[in-house]
Amino acid sequence: MGLDFSVVPDYLDVIFLGALWTIAITVGAAVLSFFGGIFFAVIALYAPTLVRLPLRAFEWLFMGTPLLLQLFLIYFGLVQIGIDLPAFVAGVVGLGLHFAVYNSELIQTAIVAVDKGQMEAARTVGLSRGQALRKVVIPQAVRDVIPPIGNNMIALLKDSALVSVIGVTELTLSAQLAIGRTYRPFEFYVVAALFYYIINLGMEAVLRRIERRVQAAR
Amino acid sequence: MLTVYPYFLKAAWVTIQLSVLTTILGLFCGGLGAAARLSRFVVLRYIGAAYVSFIRGTPALIQLFILYFGGPQIGIQLDAFEAGVIGLGVNIGAYMTETIRGAIISIDKGQIEAARTLGMSRGQSFRKVVLPQAMRLMIRPLGVNINALIKGTALVAAISVVELTYTAQRYIGSTYKPFEMFLISGILYMIIIYITSRAVTWLDNKAKIV
Repeated sequence: MGLDFSVVPDYLDVIFLGALWTIAITVGAAVLSFFGGIFFAVIALYAPTLVRLPLRAFEWLFMGTPLLLQLFLIYFGLVQIGIDLPAFVAGVVGLGLHFAVYNSELIQTAIVAVDKGQMEAARTVGLSRGQALRKVVIPQAVRDVIPPIGNNMIALLKDSALVSVIGVTELTLSAQLAIGRTYRPFEFYVVAALFYYIINLGMEAVLRRIERRVQAAR
Repeated sequence: MLTVYPYFLKAAWVTIQLSVLTTILGLFCGGLGAAARLSRFVVLRYIGAAYVSFIRGTPALIQLFILYFGGPQIGIQLDAFEAGVIGLGVNIGAYMTETIRGAIISIDKGQIEAARTLGMSRGQSFRKVVLPQAMRLMIRPLGVNINALIKGTALVAAISVVELTYTAQRYIGSTYKPFEMFLISGILYMIIIYITSRAVTWLDNKAKIV
């Protein structure tokens, strides 16, 4: 059985739709991981021990275990205790939480690195602690870690392929559907890989622009 | 509940085997990749750059599927375990290429110049001066790569290798105790990763110049 790419055009619409879903999942999970990362970082740094310790355990578990396992837990596990998430939501939540933990580590270090004088000055001007964090400290901290957070988001795009395993019809599963009809795994997986590669290039370009803009705002 | 433990331990052993073999193959590919990227020959540099770019630009899962499901079409017949080791090894090799290359180019150019001045050949100065220093620098970042690789071995569950994640998935489906199953496999993963990172720290300390 040789290679025959002539069957590919018939399924390009399916693959293309899958690529759009991959982008949707990636964007949704990226946004969740960004704000989740800030949220976790603030809790880890400022919340009382009683709140901090369980979060620490959660972070530990999420950093020490494979994403695929976490997706299985969220999708197949939560059903058994009565929480029935649609596959798409489970995928976005799983990817988002996983990368939120990694982003939180970055943001924590960055918050600590912001000069103490910034907080003191903000408090002197009459801002509350929360306001000072939100409007003065966190924006500066986040600005410093945009490049590594961007790397995490590129990793997130590639890991979004894993949600095919819980049945989200994104790029990988769309390729599998086409393979199911044509029995041409090599051709369609290579096409899917090309789509990922192109999305990856696009995402890198967007991230570079954001980085440049953030640098200019300094 | 107790009856599942032996299966998890057996599965953990498969995960360990996968991790060790993948690490060896990954280091091999990483060394070759770095050599190609730093080569004097433009063609080799391009091949190295293309390897890194394509592998890092596409999901490991897709690479695994191309190899395992697509392989037979181009005459490559592998069982799931072999495909897992080769696919993951070539994948992590691209990341290791960059780690190794980064360590090598961070060695001060003056070191090579000095070695060359003393009469060493290009190869000698690389082997005896640059590489020993670079090795010391790459231990920690390679440890990070290996850590990611161990978690990455979970992907082979998707081609039905009966390792930890596959086993956990099976028992999450059949026992109605999802969190316990997650915890058992999670703890086993963390033990493997913990031991590995201790070994890396030990090696790193040993390689430090006092």
